[in-house]
Amino acid sequence: MTNRLQIYVLIVAFVWLLILPFVGSRYSVELATQILIFGLLATSLNILVGYLGAASFGHAAFFAIGGYACAYFLTTLALPLVVSMVGAVLLTAAASLVIGFFCVRLNEIYFSMLTLAFSMLIWAIALKWKSVTGGDDGFVGVAVPEFLGNYFTFFLFTLGVVSVSIIVLMIIGNSTMGRVFIAIRENQTRASFLGVNVRRMQLIAFVIAGTFAGVAGTLLALYVRGMYPETAFWSQSGHVLIMVLLGGMHAFIGPLLGASVLTLLEVTIGQYTEYWQVFVGVVLVIVVLAAPEGIYGLVRSVSKRIGGRQDDDA
Amino acid sequence: MMMLEVENATKMFGGFVAVNKVNLTVAEGETHAIIGPNGAGKTTLFNVVSGLITPEEGSVTFRGKKLNKMRPHDIVNVGMARSFQRVNIFPRKTVFENVQVALLVHAKLHFNPFRQAAKLYHDEGMELLALVNLEDEADRRAGELAYGRQKQLELAVALAANPKLLLLDEPTAGMSISETKASIALINEIVEKRNLTLLFTEHDMNVVFEIADRISVLHHGEIIATGLPDEVRDNEEVKRIYLGKE
Ligand SMILES: Nc1ncnc2c1ncn2[C@@H]1O[C@H](COP(=O)(O)OP(=O)(O)OP(=O)(O)O)[C@@H](O)[C@H]1O
Ligand SMILES: [Mg+2]
Repeated sequence: MTNRLQIYVLIVAFVWLLILPFVGSRYSVELATQILIFGLLATSLNILVGYLGAASFGHAAFFAIGGYACAYFLTTLALPLVVSMVGAVLLTAAASLVIGFFCVRLNEIYFSMLTLAFSMLIWAIALKWKSVTGGDDGFVGVAVPEFLGNYFTFFLFTLGVVSVSIIVLMIIGNSTMGRVFIAIRENQTRASFLGVNVRRMQLIAFVIAGTFAGVAGTLLALYVRGMYPETAFWSQSGHVLIMVLLGGMHAFIGPLLGASVLTLLEVTIGQYTEYWQVFVGVVLVIVVLAAPEGIYGLVRSVSKRIGGRQDDDA
Repeated sequence: MMMLEVENATKMFGGFVAVNKVNLTVAEGETHAIIGPNGAGKTTLFNVVSGLITPEEGSVTFRGKKLNKMRPHDIVNVGMARSFQRVNIFPRKTVFENVQVALLVHAKLHFNPFRQAAKLYHDEGMELLALVNLEDEADRRAGELAYGRQKQLELAVALAANPKLLLLDEPTAGMSISETKASIALINEIVEKRNLTLLFTEHDMNVVFEIADRISVLHHGEIIATGLPDEVRDNEEVKRIYLGKE
C-alpha cells in the first residue's frame, strides 16, 4: 500500500530536516523553513482540491487572515505567542466557516470564482484597514519572541508546528470523514443517496482547510516578521494551487512534494535568469501534459513499471 | 401501516407534464411494480419519491411522515434507499470501498475525522458483497465490472443503508436473459430475507408478473391502472395502450 510508503517518506524527510540545521547553511535552513510553511499551506488546500474535489482559487485568504491576526495579537495587543497563534487560528477557522457557508452553495467553476472573490475581498481589507493591517506598507515589525529570534530555533519551531499539523491532516485524510470527502469528489449524487448531507461535509472540509492555512499563516508572519496584502492576492492562491497540481493532488504527500520542487525551482532558476517565471511556466506545462497526476503520479507509474503493485490512497 | 403514499403528485418540465396527479400506495412488505412505456414518467416518479426533484404539486408520505422539502440524504436516513436506471456507484473506487463507505455513512462515521477507515467494516462489507455474489471482486475497481455486476454492486450499496423501502429503477436493464433471471431471483430472495418493501420499475413483463404483488401502470405520466397482476393483465385499457405492443 502506498500509504505506508508515504509515511516512510515523511519519516525520512523529518529526520533529514531535524539534522539539517546542525549541518546545513543558514541559507538552506531558511529555504527549508519556507518550504515547510508552503508545504503545510498546499497540504491544507489539498483537502479541498484532492479529497473533496473542489478547486479553491482563494485559499491564500486564510493564509493571510492567520498571518495578520497573529501579527496583530502578538504585536499590537502584546499577547503571548501561544495565545496569539491559537487565537489567530481560531479566528481563521471562524472566517472560513463564514466564507465557506456561501462558497459551498455553488459547484465547480462557480465555487472557484466565489472563493476567488472572497479572497480579493480579504486582500482589499488588508489594503484599506490601515489602523490594523498597516495597509499598503504592510504590517511591519512583528514582535517575534526572543527565543524564536534566530533562524536555527525558528526552523525547529516551524518543523514542530508543521509536523504536528501534517500528522493531523493525514489522520483526517485517512479517516472515515476523509473517505466521505472522496466519495463526494467521485459522485455527489451517490454520496447524498448514501445519506450524506453533501453541503455540510463540504463546509466541514472548507473549515479544516482554512484552519490549517491559518496555521501556516501564523508561521509566515513570524518568519517574515511582517505581513503584506500580496499574501491574500489571487496570484498567491494560484501559487499554492500550482504546488498541489505539480506534486499530485491524489496523494497525501503530493502537495509537500510540489511545494518543495516549486520553491527550489524558483530559487535555482532565479539565480541564472530574471525570466525564471517563464522557465517555471514551461516546466509546469510539461508536467501537466505529461503527468496529470503530478510528480507523485510520475514516480508511481515509473516504480510500477519497475515492479510492485501499488494503489493510490485517495 | 402504509409504507409509502404518493398523493396527487405532479411534476412538470417546462410545459411538459412528466408525472400527472399520481396517486400511489405501497403497503408494508409489498413488492410493487411500476410499468409503462418509455418516457411514461417512471424514473421521474422515483425521483420525486426519493427527493431528488421537487414536485410542483402533491405530497409523498413515507411511514406516516410527510417528505415535503426533505432532501435525498434526509430521506435515506429515515429508511428509503434506491438504485438508478443508469448505474450510479463510485466507479474509480474498489468494489469493497463502495460498500464500505456506504456502511460507514450509515453508522454516521462521516462526522468522525479521527477514526481510521482502512480496515473498517471489513466483515460487514464482505457479507454484503457475498449477498450479491461479488465477494470475489472485492479488490477490483467498480467501473471495471461488467455492467450487470455493477448493478448488483449498486444494490449492495443501497442495502448498506439498511432501508425499509427499496426503490429499484430497472434493476435488470442492460442484462442478458440469464443474468436477468438470476438477478431477479436474488432480489426476491433479499427482499424476503430482509423483510423489505420493494418498489421497482421494469421493462421485462415476465419479471414483473413473476415477482410483483401489485402493479401500477403509468402512461403519459398518469396511473391508468393499479392492482393485482391478474387484474392489470386483464385491464382493457392496459392491453390496448401497453401490453398490446409487446
Ligand atoms: N430533467 C428533465 N428535463 C426535461 N424533460 C425530462 C427530464 N427528465 C425526464 N424528462 C421527460 O419526462 C418524460 C418522462 O421521463 P422518465 O425518464 O421519467 O420516463 P421513464 O418512464 O423512466 O422512461 P424509460 O422507460 O425510458 O426509463 C420523458 O418524456 C422525458 O423526456
Ligand atoms: Mg426510466
